[in-house]
Amino acid sequence: MAKILAVDDSTSLRQMVVFTLKQAGYQVVEAVDGQDALQKAKATQVDLVLSDVNMPVMDGITLVKELRKLPAYKFTPILMLTTESGDDKKQQGKAAGATGWLVKPFNPDQLLATVKRVLG
Amino acid sequence: MTEGAYAHSNSQRHCGGVNGVNIDINQFVQSFLEESFEGLEIMESQLLGLKDDADTETINTIFRAIHSIKGGAGTFGFREVAEFAHGVETLLDQMRAHKRSVNPELVKLLLEANDCIRDLLIASRDGVSLNAQHIDRVRESIDELLQGPASADKAAPAPVAPAAVATAVAVSNAAEAAPEPEAEASPAPGAVTGFRIHFVPEHGILRTGNDPLRIFNALADLGELSAHCELDQLVPLDALEPEECLLSWQLVLKTEAPEAKVRELFEWVEDECELVIEALAAVPSADTVDALAEPAASAEERLDAPEDTGVADVHPDTVSDDGPTQDEIPAPKPADTRATPVAETAETAADTPTAPEHVASSAKRPPADTPKPDLGQARSTERRGGGESGSIRVNTDKIDALINLVGELVITQSMLSQIGEKMQNQENDACLEKLFEGLTQLERNTRELQENVMSIRMLPISFAFNRFPRMVHDLSAQLGKQVELRLSGEQTELDKTVMEKIGDPLVHLVRNAVDHGIEPPEARSQAGKSPVGVVHLNAYHKGGNIMIEISDDGWGLNRDKILKKAVEKGVVAADQHLSDEQIFDLVFAPGFSTADQVSDVSGRGVGMDVVRRNIKSLGGSVEVRTAPGKGSTFSIRLPLTLAILDGQLLQVGGETYIVPLVSIVESLQVRANLVKSVAEHNLMYRLRDEYIPILFLNELLGVPGTRAKLHEALLVVVETEGQKAALVVDDLLGQQQVVIKALETNYRRVEGLSGATILGDGSVALILDVAGLIVLGRQHSERHHQQKDAATAHTEAA
Repeated sequence: MAKILAVDDSTSLRQMVVFTLKQAGYQVVEAVDGQDALQKAKATQVDLVLSDVNMPVMDGITLVKELRKLPAYKFTPILMLTTESGDDKKQQGKAAGATGWLVKPFNPDQLLATVKRVLG
Repeated sequence: MTEGAYAHSNSQRHCGGVNGVNIDINQFVQSFLEESFEGLEIMESQLLGLKDDADTETINTIFRAIHSIKGGAGTFGFREVAEFAHGVETLLDQMRAHKRSVNPELVKLLLEANDCIRDLLIASRDGVSLNAQHIDRVRESIDELLQGPASADKAAPAPVAPAAVATAVAVSNAAEAAPEPEAEASPAPGAVTGFRIHFVPEHGILRTGNDPLRIFNALADLGELSAHCELDQLVPLDALEPEECLLSWQLVLKTEAPEAKVRELFEWVEDECELVIEALAAVPSADTVDALAEPAASAEERLDAPEDTGVADVHPDTVSDDGPTQDEIPAPKPADTRATPVAETAETAADTPTAPEHVASSAKRPPADTPKPDLGQARSTERRGGGESGSIRVNTDKIDALINLVGELVITQSMLSQIGEKMQNQENDACLEKLFEGLTQLERNTRELQENVMSIRMLPISFAFNRFPRMVHDLSAQLGKQVELRLSGEQTELDKTVMEKIGDPLVHLVRNAVDHGIEPPEARSQAGKSPVGVVHLNAYHKGGNIMIEISDDGWGLNRDKILKKAVEKGVVAADQHLSDEQIFDLVFAPGFSTADQVSDVSGRGVGMDVVRRNIKSLGGSVEVRTAPGKGSTFSIRLPLTLAILDGQLLQVGGETYIVPLVSIVESLQVRANLVKSVAEHNLMYRLRDEYIPILFLNELLGVPGTRAKLHEALLVVVETEGQKAALVVDDLLGQQQVVIKALETNYRRVEGLSGATILGDGSVALILDVAGLIVLGRQHSERHHQQKDAATAHTEAA
């Protein structure tokens, strides 16, 4: 089963994402900010990255840029979890190399539908 | 507008199929609430420190806090909180972009907004109603501010930064326009039967992790897809860059889905491709009318004659396997889709962002599919479960240390059992030595393990201190005083339960310091002090205790005023001789207040006596030091934890008792010449210059057994709240840490005892409550006197 890296500084949202993905049978790696995510992505190859944008230490946009520099993550789908007011963030994310986004607030069904759309 | 945004975000997300996973998101609500309250605290403390626009990092931190709260609130169904936070977030976003400058009014408004969000969260958590007026007022102020500058900019003479105006307008247009594609599509969802799509991705599209095949698969989920690949841009093999996508596609999708849904599947790559989506115009408008009138029939018609739609370049073999074949398409499906008008769907979403599943599922999910629990109902169940839960967030380092220690313990245990087996077989000294080695190791590991487990309950005292910057800020403004709050030792750790219970007493003491301790600026200037008073909160470890000090550099306590008041209130007799220390201690006496007039701030009916009582109930103490004109310091001493105690084991008769080590001053052998008899039954012991009452534990506790002679016994001198007593015991046993078991929960409260514990041999030992014992001793001797008086009276009468 595909392995997904879930990045969010908000514990409750991260818990929801992780729990939902695990229930659906995915393997999940968690990270609390961009830097943590980058380290974990280097340690384990994942098939999809789901990342929040606004985070302390390293934000989601920087994370995308850094991941795209790694050969192993050149083509890996990276989805940004943004709020509906984050239009400019979507553009910044895309410019940095993100695959797409999932608009917050989302529920478990929407999350799984989007993940399925990316991972097939 | 806010609601619109939510409706949009929820209703547009029906991109997936049926996911057979049923997840109740209420299980994350507690966690959301905890982090939201933390976020609000961060926001508050950062706001109080916010000086100007240049403070970008602070503004960013505040923004992140509110942003997370908004995101979580939207997700977990706290709709009002999400809406309220949205306005606050917009303000902060403008501050972040330097479109709005920091000023005291704005900070004040944000602080008020902070309170509102907290109130809203608590109200939703506990299911109580709240002061809507206050929240509405703050909301209106925010809305006014948000609308204000835009109109001001427009009214302003043109030359000033027209570009900025254009940007602002564009942004707000974008926000409002976002929901529109669906609205546009909604009037005639059945007008087209499909789309012709020309898709020319940029060469680098794969490098953002996008894959055209995935998009086609998703399109195929919407209906019947045929794709024709155009190879005209392909280059010879030797020039081919394998990472580039040189193909483009002509697609034909036969579907009932609106164009917006089709576009949505391309939204991630919109800027990385040429995309033309045309409605298939083959179906005459009369058919469309029929189709709307008789949806089932028209669906069948279409199924019967798929070739009639004039599709060119049909390559059946390129249709994805995932795409439904004609047979698989259930006939009533289009009718179902249309049975839910889009307008209504949007409305439902606007009304119930708590349950967006309805919206998401309307397209594909059969109605019988796993019913979702109603979130509102589910949360009200949780509300009944009670507000504050006992959960605690623990640093992972602490857990790791524990796991490590448990590993060590397992190793030691296996080592010991091996030795045990060897010893069964052969007895020799080497084994015995090994055994003791193992036992020492086990002891060390157990102790460390215990310390680590204890530390899990420990939190830095900053959790309790965090509320004070705001409180002092508000209070000093209210009282017209200038007060600087200094915090130190915030990282000092304290048991969570102790922390929760010390909160109110601390609030009271800090409030007192600002209200009564610090002088008004004029008075300070006259006294040659800086007009800005200082309140200092300090925490540190001392022995097995944590000390918290609240000091101010204000008036100091007025000895004469306190004494006069105490006499007036009948707390002490007018002729009673008291030391300064005892006089200052009177502020803790019940019903004592020296303020000339009870102010808004301190006049809350909670006196210092309650503060002392609360601290005592935690096994701590509070005392005051003061110097006239220089200020006062209230020192609180608290045990680090309520669960464990360093105890001295004593033997009285056949029983073992435990006295908390912290209350023991010294232990000594009785010297007969130092025992003085005051009344017939009141023995005092002369310890250096003091006379200390002697308490016979066997009498007070009703233990039968040896009190052979006082001279052969031992005295344990204990002290609590400035009072000393000498306990008569038969023997001193060891000292050890004991785990406290409450008597109240397991039996009932007993005077003179504070709890019980289980000793290493499995027997139960009672823990003595020194303060209670001193009271018991006093009652005991009074009873004796009364009996004696009664007896004397009886004799005289006879």
